[in-house]
Amino acid sequence: MNRIFPILTVVLAILAIWYAGSFLMNRAWVMDQAARAGTEPSVSEVFRDTMNQPRAKLPAPHQVAAELYDGIFDKKITSKRSLVYHGFITLEATFYGFVLGIVVGVALAVLIVLSRAADLTLMPWAIISQTIPVVALAPMIVVLTNAMGAGSLMVPKAIIAGYLSFFPVLVSMVKGLRSPDQMQLDLLRTYGASQSQTFWKLRLPASLPYFFASLKIAVAASLVGAIVGELPTGAIAGLGARMLIGSQFGEPMIMWASLFAAAILAALLIWVVGGVEKVAARLIGVRPA
Amino acid sequence: MRQSPSTAMKIALPVGFGLLVLVLWEMMVKTFAIPPAILPAPSAIATRFAASTDILWIDFVQTVLKGAVTGLILGAIAGLLVAILIDRSPFLKAGLLPVANFVAALPIVGIAPIMVMWFGFDWQSKAAVVVVMVFFPILVNTLAGLQDTDRMQQDLMRTYSASYLQTLLKLRLPAAMPFIFNGLKISATLALIGAIVAEYFGSPTRGMGFRISTEVGRLGIDMVWAEIAVSALTGTVLYGLVALVERAVTFWHPSQRRG
Repeated sequence: MNRIFPILTVVLAILAIWYAGSFLMNRAWVMDQAARAGTEPSVSEVFRDTMNQPRAKLPAPHQVAAELYDGIFDKKITSKRSLVYHGFITLEATFYGFVLGIVVGVALAVLIVLSRAADLTLMPWAIISQTIPVVALAPMIVVLTNAMGAGSLMVPKAIIAGYLSFFPVLVSMVKGLRSPDQMQLDLLRTYGASQSQTFWKLRLPASLPYFFASLKIAVAASLVGAIVGELPTGAIAGLGARMLIGSQFGEPMIMWASLFAAAILAALLIWVVGGVEKVAARLIGVRPA
Repeated sequence: MRQSPSTAMKIALPVGFGLLVLVLWEMMVKTFAIPPAILPAPSAIATRFAASTDILWIDFVQTVLKGAVTGLILGAIAGLLVAILIDRSPFLKAGLLPVANFVAALPIVGIAPIMVMWFGFDWQSKAAVVVVMVFFPILVNTLAGLQDTDRMQQDLMRTYSASYLQTLLKLRLPAAMPFIFNGLKISATLALIGAIVAEYFGSPTRGMGFRISTEVGRLGIDMVWAEIAVSALTGTVLYGLVALVERAVTFWHPSQRRG
């Protein structure tokens, strides 16, 4: 209760500011309409009119909520206007990108920990890869995968999502695989353990908590990648494509609803991965830090 | 213990790897005769780069200097100030920190079309997207950093009868610097992404995102790669600058000690 109360207060304050913002930003349009009609609306009339404009500059929270509800529950999920339909397409790319990111991240981390040369060679490039804005690369990834016969947009989107999500996994895994201390490594040496035995029996198990801790960041990054991947690639389905369509056709409600749908999707993904992390932590017996 | 590698090796290996990739790329394009509309050779990209430095500069000014850097500075200042203000009230901190942490994980790039609708096609809307994207990582990191002084250090300041402002400026902000720079490093890469993404939703006839999307349509793929080279260089330099300033400001921190 003590933790919920301040959060609720902040959320309510944000809603209040949002309503005030809606009133202030949409008022100009109402006044303009009234001036053309030659009427002079009272403050309460202006307020009422700012709260339900179809193309409001800043739609009021209840409008966005209604549009979200409509897009999620009232449309058939096969409909092109259903947010669930578009959400699933983005989710699919997020998932493939997430898996790709985990595989690449873990593989690179193992390479980097086992080989000194790989550490010196690959680690700087892994960091540089993240400072390159992936949105600039995205159209080229589409051109290249098309030339190689990928056929659909799912492959480039998954690659873009993987590009953003491998890095947190890589960094955590390198840390995790290096987490056994000298004493533990020495113990295995006294057992006469080979390098591969040291890896499988000590380094890999020691890295698991680090691995699971990185997944939440990786899945959030993967979703950003999937959405960004839909923007410059001419996609027509998916939450990112929906935002682009809303922007091009001047339909703010579509943009707001897809933005919040993306936020809800992110929250769900983080929640699920966080749950997996907790269960995994209990199964492998991580002591709370 | 293994010997730590020399500085020469630390530079030679990654640079060599980069060159190797470029050479392989060049050879692959030449031997398989890959059409330039799919993948131009690095030499062709370099030629295009050298031939159109004027256009690249115009795009750089529009996207990086006006959009990304302005937004980065404004967003960082805003995040820093809000963090310092919130830090004084435990109630606000308890309420805002979970919300900010949550928002920081959301795909904030999605506000780009809304900002373009509000602020128009020019750089102001790009800077606005960057401000919002940068704000939350800085806020969260600064708040965490301001917590990073222990009781003993604060008590010491009290025995000096230091005021709130003195404690903030001489103890807590310096102690928070490693965290703030962490947030700045994340923000530096986010800023470029935000500025370019916003251009896909509408821009004047210049800017890196604009150029990339139009040149893809005209099959000017070498120009696209030239823009990618600029954005890659910019991203790396921006990150490097933040890291350099960090080294100068937080020289006392264990992670910066050498040898």
